[in-house]
Amino acid sequence: MKLSGDKLANMYYRMWLIRYFDEGARSLFQENMIRGTTHMYTGEEAVAVGACTALNQDDYITSTHRGHGHCLAKGGDSRAMMAELLGKVTGYCKGKGGSMHIADFDLGILGANGIVGGGIGIATGAAYSADLRGSGQVAICFFGDGASNQGILMEVANMAALWKLPVIYLCEENQYAQFSPSKPFIALERIEMKARAFGLTGITVDGNDVLAVYEAVRQAAERARNGEGPTLLVAQTYRVEGHTVGDPLTYRPKSETEEWKSAERDPISRFGRYLTEEANFSKNELETLRAKARADIDEAIQFAIDSPEPEITTLWEDVYA
Amino acid sequence: MTVRQLQYREALNEALHEEMARDPSVCVLGEDVGRYGSPFQVTRGLFDKYGEKRVRDTPISEEGFIGIAVGAAMSGLRPVAEILYIDFSTLAMDQIVNQAAKARYMFGGKARVPLVVRMQGGGGRGNAAHHSQSLEMWYVHIPGLIVIQPSTPYDAKGLLKSAIRNDNPVIFIEHKLLYNTSGPVPDEEYLIPIGVADVKRTGDDVTIVATSRMVLFALNAAEELARQGIEAEVIDPRTLKPLDIDTIVRSVEKTGRLVVVNEGHLTGGFTAEVAARVQREAFDWLDAPIMQVASEDVPLPYNGRLELEAIPNEQDIVNAVQEVVYWD
Repeated sequence: MKLSGDKLANMYYRMWLIRYFDEGARSLFQENMIRGTTHMYTGEEAVAVGACTALNQDDYITSTHRGHGHCLAKGGDSRAMMAELLGKVTGYCKGKGGSMHIADFDLGILGANGIVGGGIGIATGAAYSADLRGSGQVAICFFGDGASNQGILMEVANMAALWKLPVIYLCEENQYAQFSPSKPFIALERIEMKARAFGLTGITVDGNDVLAVYEAVRQAAERARNGEGPTLLVAQTYRVEGHTVGDPLTYRPKSETEEWKSAERDPISRFGRYLTEEANFSKNELETLRAKARADIDEAIQFAIDSPEPEITTLWEDVYA
Repeated sequence: MTVRQLQYREALNEALHEEMARDPSVCVLGEDVGRYGSPFQVTRGLFDKYGEKRVRDTPISEEGFIGIAVGAAMSGLRPVAEILYIDFSTLAMDQIVNQAAKARYMFGGKARVPLVVRMQGGGGRGNAAHHSQSLEMWYVHIPGLIVIQPSTPYDAKGLLKSAIRNDNPVIFIEHKLLYNTSGPVPDEEYLIPIGVADVKRTGDDVTIVATSRMVLFALNAAEELARQGIEAEVIDPRTLKPLDIDTIVRSVEKTGRLVVVNEGHLTGGFTAEVAARVQREAFDWLDAPIMQVASEDVPLPYNGRLELEAIPNEQDIVNAVQEVVYWD
């Protein structure tokens, strides 16, 4: 389906927003302003942006430990996100969640998750809820190739297929699972083959092609809304950065990463070429969108730095409703 | 007018029927809860009345359907999930402990997880180590969870209704040997507030705090003790978390003596928790050390003689009371 110029521009902007957000997060982590750990989504922007462009605002997503991209793609506020990474009271979770726990229930973001595969059950439950309420909403569950080995996927995919729930299991095959390549840990040749066992429709798509992801998710969402059941959509991409910031990356050759970072493969460069060559965007227009993303992240970082710490009294707040 | 008598299972069933009729967002999920009406018959009749979408028979996939219930609770429903035996809830621990319990706090107070997970526990029926445990303290330990253990049909109904209306994840633990017990349950609707203990018997000589089936044992023990001239006050917390420590402390201030009875294991158990809190809040009123009556630190054995020895009984409670009453 053809996307409007505004939509295409917004997709390009969001991809840069994600890129700059995570580059900013890396710098802040290296400056010890971010505690714990940080996972970068760099190189996978096309998956989140393509997928979320195919959703309505009230559709649901569940995200992962590598979740900044999903939240920004679904419309998340970069200022509240960055403030959360810095543990500030203006953050999405008032400083109690940090990088791995950003949620925005008004945007259908049912949370990033610190447990690998932790969102798989929740997304399926949101789809069950949408189905029971007859709301027409769909749920996308983002997870990685590593999480495709978690047992809960088999359990809930079976139920989703039995009950024809409006859920899309979107596996971001970024080729790495924590500090190891993922392939030696998956018995099947392709992750998509799991769909057959689970009773799902299985599709594999080029995860660095934002329009291909968009179209695949749009069709899967349409099937879901029509009561035709869930899809396992595997988006093949590459984790350009380490598992966490500071990962020594001893387990893979530099040349492999350089190849995926090249303009030929990088998802933002690829989309930029499409926009100028096939969608009548000028280089200036793209530059303006990129610069706006850069400026918005700079502002988000400043907002986060300037924001206050939570009061100690908040420690005991919000344990119970 | 005589108050009608209902079985514990019937009281729970009535609570589910009433809440499903009252609120269309209440749904039930679990293994065999639909067409079969659940092995303990607590969900009987719901499937015929509310259909397969609101009363979902699930595959044997505890982590999966509890995960679905958590997600549904985060997106507009009030699911009541049933785990057949509390022992199987260990399979769903990530969903309960990491997801349901954490969501509200971790997401800065915006999440609402109005979920009830019903399960039944306890020994005494020869079900051996995988079907007899009392794992309530696993859940009591986790901030964000509410833990309820009713001992009577009246409490079971009123507390289940309150649990369903509560906006937090509630672990609702029934006892397999209470389902057939009967007690008065009024016709008219009522709720029992979460976090409020009930004094099941009054007495001035010793306080016995007991939970779930142990409440029945404590009341029997109290009758035996009364024949010996010892008047025991029996308190059922009903809600283990949040614990109504005030009611317990007030009683100890009157009696000066405390025995805590729980079917869970002794080490790291409920009895230790109550003892620690009472010694801190009522130290000056205590005339004897606090006695703990709990299950032995062994997996529950199959053999009847061995199992009886492993879990507390009336005589254990009588002995513990005598020890604190005659302490000098």
